[in-house]
Amino acid sequence: MTAHPSPSGDPLEQIEPEAPAIEIRDLHKSFGDHEVLKGISLEVRTGEVVCVIGPSGSGKSTLLRSVNLLEEPTSGQILIEGIDILDPEVDVDRVRTRIGMVFQQFNLFPHMTVLGNLCLAQQRVLGRSRSEAVNVARENLAKVGLADREDAYPAHLSGGQQQRVAIARSLSMNPDMMLFDEPTSALDPELVGDVLEVMRTLANEGMTMMVVTHEMGFAREVGSRVIFMDDGQIVEEGDPREVLARPREPRTQAFLSKVL
Amino acid sequence: MAMRRSTRRRVVRLAMYALFVAIIAVALLTTDWPRVANQFLRSEIAVDQFPDIITIALRNTLLFTLIAFTGGLLLGILLALMKLSSIGPYRWFATGYIELFRGVPALLTIFAIGYMLPIALGIQVPFRPVGSGLLGLILVAGAYMAEVIRAGIQAVPKGQTEASRSLGMSPFRTMMFVVLPQGFRITIPPMTNEFVLLLKDTSLLFIVGTTPVLKELTVFARDEASRTGNSTVLLMAAMLYLVVTIPLTRFAAYLERRLARSR
Repeated sequence: MTAHPSPSGDPLEQIEPEAPAIEIRDLHKSFGDHEVLKGISLEVRTGEVVCVIGPSGSGKSTLLRSVNLLEEPTSGQILIEGIDILDPEVDVDRVRTRIGMVFQQFNLFPHMTVLGNLCLAQQRVLGRSRSEAVNVARENLAKVGLADREDAYPAHLSGGQQQRVAIARSLSMNPDMMLFDEPTSALDPELVGDVLEVMRTLANEGMTMMVVTHEMGFAREVGSRVIFMDDGQIVEEGDPREVLARPREPRTQAFLSKVL
Repeated sequence: MAMRRSTRRRVVRLAMYALFVAIIAVALLTTDWPRVANQFLRSEIAVDQFPDIITIALRNTLLFTLIAFTGGLLLGILLALMKLSSIGPYRWFATGYIELFRGVPALLTIFAIGYMLPIALGIQVPFRPVGSGLLGLILVAGAYMAEVIRAGIQAVPKGQTEASRSLGMSPFRTMMFVVLPQGFRITIPPMTNEFVLLLKDTSLLFIVGTTPVLKELTVFARDEASRTGNSTVLLMAAMLYLVVTIPLTRFAAYLERRLARSR
């Protein structure tokens, strides 16, 4: 169901509890002549952990980045909690506060302390007071195991710590869902575990998650569904234990034989 | 006769040192020191300059520099944002503006604002006579600073904007709290340069006329030098410029090191 702007003029007030967290319909995206997404349709229901795998250049990051409109789709529909976010009436900034995003390169603000990173948007966007924001920030730092690093600058943290701070920064906005764009790909191998552990905890708490990843172990153990993409299309999807162990499609088989 | 490479290098270096010392020695020995002292180091003339050289000349130089720098900075930010705008006409305007005011001598701009604007358009800049001169300086400084700031903004990785927007921050807030603060630290060295240039360019304000209380260092020194027929004041003015610029450049270098550490 598509939400229509309410008489009050604020379509965001019309969240439908029954609607899927994310619903994508026939999404296309081209960069110039090059079509990166060739008609993607998928649904992520509340509480699901959907892992997107596939070779590089398959469009999986572009798909994820379309969900919070970091990439503007060429055509198609994206519904977040039942609301068509491509509707020009919709305030994209407000939609984004509901969607946490974690990047491969962390993208912490280097000129602010850890606490500053976590409080900025809480105060500037959600209008929380400083003390309120600090409380929320500390709670989330404790959750990712970095309660003692709130005064550090990002440059003084390891990659794994930076990524956990980035997760805590997103969580501090109390999002309804989280998007992860290859969150462990830029990390030294020994630091990957801590980040995956935090993500596993989040999943167990019922957070709706969409994860682009190369971590097949994580997809298998934590994912409620896995989507295999190649050449801008969804080739195969299903239960991770099933798809990763016995892929039906030749392209999935070829990919998995290389990475597993 | 074979000399070892390192030996030969040492001999050449020694010869160069000797030549340098010899040139300095000749210069020092042939200089008419009493005459130099008489022209540049007359203590009674120096004492006579106080307190005006500080309370009027240096004060005005600093005041004019600060006004021009602040104005130029605000204008520069505006122009930089226009130049990076997705709206074509904004970009074109900023590009044209920057090319114009960067390509034309500051003196000509000040002159134009000071004399042509009132005559041609009947517009009178307030705070005569320095007001129009300061406006000219701001217009020129804005053009230079716009390019510095634009480069600073573009040096901030795109991921920073994406992270900020993903948190629901508007484009404006993203610029204010995430991009500009990081862009500015990149611009510290060129901005210091800009400040020093402006400090010296305040000497151009005399072209639109001045009054005894509005004299800045260079004009003050020139007038005193011709009044006394002696160059002592010129040397004093030069020293006062350095008293401002050297600590400033040192401070900027310190600031740069300190900010680099938190990166």
